[in-house]
Amino acid sequence: MIETVLQLSLLLLAVAMIGLIYRLVKGPTIPDRVIALDAMGVNLVSITAVLSMLLGTSNYLDVILLIGILAFIGTIAFAKFLEKGEVIEHDRDQ
Amino acid sequence: MKTNDVIFQTVAKVVFFMIIFFAVHLFFAGHYYPGGGFVGGLLTSGAIVLLLLAFDMKTVRRGFPVDFKWLIGLGLLFSAGTAAGSLIFNVPFFTHAYDYFQLPLFGKTSLHTAMLFDLGVYLVVIGVTMTIIQTIGESE
Repeated sequence: MIETVLQLSLLLLAVAMIGLIYRLVKGPTIPDRVIALDAMGVNLVSITAVLSMLLGTSNYLDVILLIGILAFIGTIAFAKFLEKGEVIEHDRDQ
Repeated sequence: MKTNDVIFQTVAKVVFFMIIFFAVHLFFAGHYYPGGGFVGGLLTSGAIVLLLLAFDMKTVRRGFPVDFKWLIGLGLLFSAGTAAGSLIFNVPFFTHAYDYFQLPLFGKTSLHTAMLFDLGVYLVVIGVTMTIIQTIGESE
């Protein structure tokens, strides 16, 4: 029973991923694509969680936190590049 | 135009410590669970990169007043020293040793010399990643 539910939720998450890939390819502006990438990171977190429940192991829990942190840093870097044109400034007070 | 990103800087100050603690957890858990020196070092440099994004190169350099190129040499010294230290006890190169100790706060703990080798890997990964990022970010 629980296995069927988990497989169904994996299928639905894959469908959501396809929708995000459509927005990533088609998105008219660059912020659309960045938002799609960020949502893909969150989606990947939930796919990893469902997969670790399906496989019955708790060793993937570190991966979940890792994907969350990396998606956060990546989105921040993209947003700063879009706003200021450079990712790492030398001295912001001048 | 001066930008004012208070929210991002406040969040970065808090999240920095969360990432650092997670990296230290991954580093020490590496012997029995997934993790180890490589992921721990990569995540530590990720935390420093977050500070670089939130503030600037000058502020972060004042916060971490080390030349990251020295960390590469220190890490290689740790790893090679652990490997060569086994030669003193008349056993082959890279032979590790471990024993169980009664530590005051942790109780019965297994201490392994592979940890020192892992510490070398950790320092080298931080040094290489931060050197690459600072060198690329520095050029105008």
